[in-house]
Amino acid sequence: MSKHSRLLLVALAIIVIAGLIIIPMNFNRYGLYILSQWAVMTIAAMGLNLTLGYAGQVSLAQGAFVGIGAYGAAILTTHGWPLISALGLVIVICFIVGWLLGYPALRVQHHYLAFVTLAFSTLMFLVFRNESWLTNGIYGISNIPRPEIFGFPTRKPLPFYYLCLGSLGLVTLAMWWLIRSPWGRAFMALRENPIRAQSLGIDTRRYTLMAFAIGSALGGIAGVLYAPLTQYVDPVPFNLQLSLDLLMMVIVGGSGFMLGPFLGAMIAVLLPEWLRFAEGYYLMLYAAAVIALLIYSPSGILGILDRYLSSRRTQAASALRAAAQSKLEAAR
Amino acid sequence: MTAVLDVRDVKKSFGGITAVNGVSFDVQEGEILGLIGPNGCGKSTLFNCILGQLVPSAGEVRVDGKLVTGQRPADLNRLGVSRTFQLLQVFPKLSVRDNLILAGQEHRGSMLSRLFGPSDAGLTTTADQMIGFFKLEHLANEPAGGLSYGQQKLLDAAMAFMGGPRLVLLDEPAGGVNPTMLGDLKERLIAINRERRATFVVIEHNMEFVMSLCSRVMVMAEGKVLAIGKPDEIRANPAVIEAYLGH
Repeated sequence: MSKHSRLLLVALAIIVIAGLIIIPMNFNRYGLYILSQWAVMTIAAMGLNLTLGYAGQVSLAQGAFVGIGAYGAAILTTHGWPLISALGLVIVICFIVGWLLGYPALRVQHHYLAFVTLAFSTLMFLVFRNESWLTNGIYGISNIPRPEIFGFPTRKPLPFYYLCLGSLGLVTLAMWWLIRSPWGRAFMALRENPIRAQSLGIDTRRYTLMAFAIGSALGGIAGVLYAPLTQYVDPVPFNLQLSLDLLMMVIVGGSGFMLGPFLGAMIAVLLPEWLRFAEGYYLMLYAAAVIALLIYSPSGILGILDRYLSSRRTQAASALRAAAQSKLEAAR
Repeated sequence: MTAVLDVRDVKKSFGGITAVNGVSFDVQEGEILGLIGPNGCGKSTLFNCILGQLVPSAGEVRVDGKLVTGQRPADLNRLGVSRTFQLLQVFPKLSVRDNLILAGQEHRGSMLSRLFGPSDAGLTTTADQMIGFFKLEHLANEPAGGLSYGQQKLLDAAMAFMGGPRLVLLDEPAGGVNPTMLGDLKERLIAINRERRATFVVIEHNMEFVMSLCSRVMVMAEGKVLAIGKPDEIRANPAVIEAYLGH
């Protein structure tokens, strides 16, 4: 990337971040709720993007980890734990469970793996619904408190939105670090050619398990924010549908692109709101838009941008070649 | 002196088919051993048994005297055994430089130190030297998938050398490479062999390439060693002419 376009990108990022901080100041309660939900779902989708987009391991269980995170936060904070301690415990639990869920991936791949993770998703849903002693069953857990961060209460929608946005920022930085580290390269090697990766000394077992563990931990983090956002958790939001939605966010946004989950979550969370004018038809319009997008660009929204940029690079390169050619001929 | 690679009575069968049927040979340090034979004679299966991609049904493989039979490919690679593949095996979406960094990064430090260490694992210089050595400078930042077939073959070979291996097994390095580039490749291989005392085993069908590159040649037929010796001896061996080289 040239210096010029990098500068442009940084400027654009600053404008977007400033926009995300300033514009919602005038939003009503509901607008802030939707935007907070976008931030939370983006975190969960980023986790799945690591497992699926970078490391190439299909998972239909990300929603279950959001559920584990949400229930963990709900149970612990209603028992007087601070949210930050609940977060720590949830990260550890989701990391370990994610690691264990990775073991089937060492034996089965693609749609077989999807089914294994789907089974786990269903299992977790049953635990949320039936283990009433822990989760209060179908009645759910209510009156989940919102935390104080460094003495600032986040009871009101705007401060809580900033908490979600700040968490998203931290997760994004961590993810960016991970992807550009040698681990990121190893994850991509796992996705593109595991046999070759092995022959280059890459411990594909350990990296596969790690991809599941870290991705799941991010799902847990999203859940920990989800509980105080809705202040009420019950089993229904964490059924298979959520895993499928998260999968769609990753694919629509652009699987394996750093910013894919941001766009994917925007479409999944915000588009239904914008399509409200269509009333009963909104789901149809929504579905049609997603189908059209994936036919036009199977690699998602960022896939379109990627194609555009690489075709421009090719054009620039052939223009240079043509110029050099004509110079050569003029010299003759 | 201990052989760099010592293979004893290796057998591999798939159901009723015995692909490799009791092969024994050794390779000394700095040697380039050619491995030839008709298609289906078990060359690639033998490679895969040595490299841990397949577990031999019987027999032993030793590297520098250490028993490594059945070890996983990744562990073997970190012990200094590297390979190239018959079919192209680069990472198409990563740049040429990233392909090379990836090929070397697991050879230093622990997994955790790599997470918190520099993004290039301190390998940019080594990778760029390798890029220069294989004359791929102008392509360093291109995605490997955009390279021509021959260029990808060079990259594939370059990747095998990034970890500073003791022993490299090359599976048909010359296949599909044009004559000019082939000369280049041979020159590079000989240079690495001399300068770094790297030991090679090369599967190849291109006789001219094998005979001019290798110090010894082993011929396989139907899962067994038919003959092993200097290139001239092999050329003159009546059994080899009958089974493989033709009259």
